[in-house]
Amino acid sequence: MTTSNSLAWIIAVPFFAAAVLPMVRRLGKAWVLPTALIGSGAALIFALYAAAIVVGSGEPVRHELGGWEPPWGIELRMDHLSAVMTVLIASLSFLVLVFGRGGMEKRLEGRSHFYYSMYMLFTVGLFGMVLTHDLFNLYVFLEVSSLAGYSLIAVGERASPFAAFRYLILGTLGALLFLLGLGYLYAITGTLNFIDVAERLAPLGDSRAALVALALMLTGFGIKAALFPLHAWLPDSYAYASNLTVAFMAAVGTKVGAYGIFRVLFTIYETGNLQFHMPVVQIMGILAAIAILAGSILAMAQSDLKRMLAYSSVSQIGYVLLGFSMLNANGIMGGVLHIVNHAFMKCCLFLVVGAMMAQVGHRDIRRLSGMGRKMPWVMAAFSLAAISMIGLPPTAGFFSKWYLILGAVDAGSWIFVAVILVSSLLNAAYFFRVLERVYLKREDPAEAALETAVATTSATPVSGSSALAVQPEEALEVREEEAPRPWLGPGTLPATMLAPIGITAISLLALGLGSAWLVENVLRFIVPGGL
Amino acid sequence: MLHDILGWYNYWLIAVLILVGIYGMMAKRNLLKKLMGMNILQVSIILFFLTLSPKEEGSMPVFDAELASTAAGYANPLPQALMLTAIVVGVATTGLALALLVRVHRTFGTLEEDDIMEDLR
Amino acid sequence: MEWLLEMRPVWVLTVTLLATVAILASGRRPNVREAWTIIASIVQLILVASMIPDVVAGEVFEVRLLTLASGFDLVLRTDPLGMVFACVSSVLWVATGIYTIGYMRSLNEKHQTVFYASFALCIFAAVGLAFSGNPLTFFVFYEILTLATYPLVIHKRTEKAIKIGRMYLAYTLTAGLFLLLAVGWSHLIVPEGGPDFAPGGFLSTSFATPLTLTVLFVLFILGVAVKAGLMPVHAWLPAAMIAPTPVSALLHAVAVVKAGVFGVLRVVGYVFGYDTVSEIGMALPLAAVAAFTIIAASVVALTADNLKRRLAYSTVGQLSYVVLGAALLTTAATTGAVMHIANHAFMKITLFFCAGAIYAHLHVEKISDMKGIGRAMPVTMGAFAVGAFGLAGIPPLPGFVSKWWLASGAWQTGDWIFIVVLITSSLLNVLYFFPIIFNAFFRKSERFTVYNEAPVAMSGPILAVAVASIVLGLAPDIGPPFWTFANQVTVALNGGAG
Repeated sequence: MTTSNSLAWIIAVPFFAAAVLPMVRRLGKAWVLPTALIGSGAALIFALYAAAIVVGSGEPVRHELGGWEPPWGIELRMDHLSAVMTVLIASLSFLVLVFGRGGMEKRLEGRSHFYYSMYMLFTVGLFGMVLTHDLFNLYVFLEVSSLAGYSLIAVGERASPFAAFRYLILGTLGALLFLLGLGYLYAITGTLNFIDVAERLAPLGDSRAALVALALMLTGFGIKAALFPLHAWLPDSYAYASNLTVAFMAAVGTKVGAYGIFRVLFTIYETGNLQFHMPVVQIMGILAAIAILAGSILAMAQSDLKRMLAYSSVSQIGYVLLGFSMLNANGIMGGVLHIVNHAFMKCCLFLVVGAMMAQVGHRDIRRLSGMGRKMPWVMAAFSLAAISMIGLPPTAGFFSKWYLILGAVDAGSWIFVAVILVSSLLNAAYFFRVLERVYLKREDPAEAALETAVATTSATPVSGSSALAVQPEEALEVREEEAPRPWLGPGTLPATMLAPIGITAISLLALGLGSAWLVENVLRFIVPGGL
Repeated sequence: MLHDILGWYNYWLIAVLILVGIYGMMAKRNLLKKLMGMNILQVSIILFFLTLSPKEEGSMPVFDAELASTAAGYANPLPQALMLTAIVVGVATTGLALALLVRVHRTFGTLEEDDIMEDLR
Repeated sequence: MEWLLEMRPVWVLTVTLLATVAILASGRRPNVREAWTIIASIVQLILVASMIPDVVAGEVFEVRLLTLASGFDLVLRTDPLGMVFACVSSVLWVATGIYTIGYMRSLNEKHQTVFYASFALCIFAAVGLAFSGNPLTFFVFYEILTLATYPLVIHKRTEKAIKIGRMYLAYTLTAGLFLLLAVGWSHLIVPEGGPDFAPGGFLSTSFATPLTLTVLFVLFILGVAVKAGLMPVHAWLPAAMIAPTPVSALLHAVAVVKAGVFGVLRVVGYVFGYDTVSEIGMALPLAAVAAFTIIAASVVALTADNLKRRLAYSTVGQLSYVVLGAALLTTAATTGAVMHIANHAFMKITLFFCAGAIYAHLHVEKISDMKGIGRAMPVTMGAFAVGAFGLAGIPPLPGFVSKWWLASGAWQTGDWIFIVVLITSSLLNVLYFFPIIFNAFFRKSERFTVYNEAPVAMSGPILAVAVASIVLGLAPDIGPPFWTFANQVTVALNGGAG
């Protein structure tokens, strides 16, 4: 195996796993998850291997698919940014799979192989997006991941197919806008390879077609990244989809949209060329700033924990894009660092929600009283992730905020500085609201009665009327038929669920204290020349 | 002026199609009509790529020494090849969307977005 | 083996952090849990004390642990100013540790494990702050301190406590943001890499406009002023008195608020330097705010009937002595400010200990209910008198020493008004403390007729800190050499003109 081949393997192995999963099912249920884990684990190993070479040598690893030389053939290229993204996707994909052991099996009653197959395809699409250096190939992988993503979201609560359909419509619109923009670029440059397009674009200067293409592509990826006000698909999707899906998708799904925006801005248009298109970048920055505030404010208004986290994602993606729009080294490094940090934070938070729903069967913030006592470790992880979201040292979230603030000061945009600072307070407001419930509020006696009633009969669905009889008025929002049942008894969280939560939580500290290493050895190389 | 309109008629047509498609996706309240809008948008973008491909006096992109010996004599085959993939993607998307709609209809008994939202509230 | 000794600042922090973990882990066995607190506090004290001779001799322990962010290492450094704060925290943690056990047990409080763990974490953060060698390290520990204090503020878990917890977070987190912006910005304008705290400061008008520096100064001061209880951003401090008394004692009289005034000294002396501060003309405004706080807080204290509340406003006022000392930018004022960090800590903790003992033992909170209480708790009230007269500045108690130096500092600048402020404040202090003592000893009440002193776990530490306060006034070098340290700081900050 040569070094460059490993790039192809990163995509091929999970793809192969996706293909064989339905077949493997014939051998027995027990084979399904191990196959998926092997596919995901192998991809992780290849990703780490290639990333180690990239970081070690400081040079990108390249692979020409089918031996066709670029710009004629499709080029896979792992530079520092791709290395970060690939390792991020691979590790979180693996962790979330480990977490899902068993839970999905029970809920899908023996059809989980299709779910895992889609999960693998989703991963393949993401890998492809961050590794390819060909515009049209990027579109194809975008659609691969999106299609798999739609079907993943459709697995969940009652309304999840509806949410998935709405996402499909918006997501396809995004992909098609990107395709249209790509068409413009192809029409004026006649090539698809990133580097090649960038070279031919440079002398075109302020070509109007290039401007339209930029706007179209940014809008397209903006939908994927759920940039305000294109975020409408996100809260419903996250709220109704299964926790496994959301833990992974919230972590990396929207981030590849941000990755796409990075590529368009800094690889294809390059900094020298961007000066002609400043208004587009500025509009993106303003939207990102609005996203940060609006997302946080909307998050505050939610009583559904998943929905709150979903809106928080809308706000956090704003940080990333705000960093990019600053067009300086600190801002861009902060943005990319925040992609990584936020992926781990959100993954951890959604895994906690998953564990919580497995144990108590709901995710209503108003009914979380006493959770700190019931699930001390899980809630400790939640608190750590929340602190990181607020951006307090020494957790990871602080350090991305640090670079973003430096970037904003560098750019002299005091409004952005204010936005970042104010949003920290808003984050604190909505996370402490949850933490207060979890740790400080006494449990309602009626509530406790319900919990035990549900917990003791968790194996068989509770008959709705008896459960509702003791349910307090305010908790009736989640309709009886929609409410998923807890499928684990109290205190029986398996190690396979606890371990990923623990690992993501600890990585928040590790990422925080190791952020300087990441910045010096990896992110510095991401900053485009001239900044 | 007339030339601007007639000379670029293919692009004008595609632009209209794109707008029709986006209108359908955004403004229609029936989910199936949204899907139709999406299909129209897909087709219009495919047409956009295809319309980039031909050249004046160019033949179809199959090499024949009698027709022409340089690339200038043939239509650009790349957009056509790309669109093959795009069509496949489009079909897959439509298929998935229809499958989702079946599920939605089974759950809610309707495909009207407003009714479903009402149901969810 | 040499490096083990060189790493002592790290070991101090490690001990406190391990104590936090150990306390959390042994939550089911109260005796073990409390043993950890005592052991950790004593080990920590020994470690800190063992560094004193070297620091007095002019040596500085400096440890660079890892890089926090480009240009900023996690630097721990033991300079004299840091040692003052570290010594105060360490010594008083031992006293508070023993006192807390007595207090919590006699009140049979809930959530004690979280309480002790947060307490240890607060000390961790406070010592970390003391040893912080650069602004980012300072900020990291500053925010840890904010978070670690939160569980203590909401200890009672009542609606009111939770509300006050929110208020506390709103104040301190907002302040943290100002500080963060200030640290980040100052990092960007300093030409060469990461700035470290250095006597005389790392910011100067040579590479930034006075306007930028002024804005930065305001941001820095806003960042630390909230914890320092400077008016008008002091409101959280009296409110946070809802916490159990030992918390008020150690945190809201020593660790948290001292972190604030310590921060002011750091900003004025080690970020900007006296020259730069006077160049941008921010010394007088800061001194004016401090003077206003001194007077206003004392007036408010006069009207408070709740003993803890009165003490809280007294704290607000006394903290501003330190701020005033820093803002006067003279040698004597610097000495006074540094001395007052230690002096106020010992006296105020005495007062809070007494208030706590009175509440825990006799369940009296209001000053109007304390008539004749001296008959029941003579030791406690005696100690209270020491602390109160000390704060009022009656010689030879330590409050007099710091006030003397502060007044001399004001004399040096020639700003008579500040001397007037200091004298007025002393009078006000007497006014709000004397009635308590007078009523306690010279009025009779049917409630308190027999001797009924608090248990030894409480009265012991009370006696100890009261005696320590007296000693501190007479011979400020006999324990931790606060006097020497204060002089070292003065010399360093005034460019050798001590």
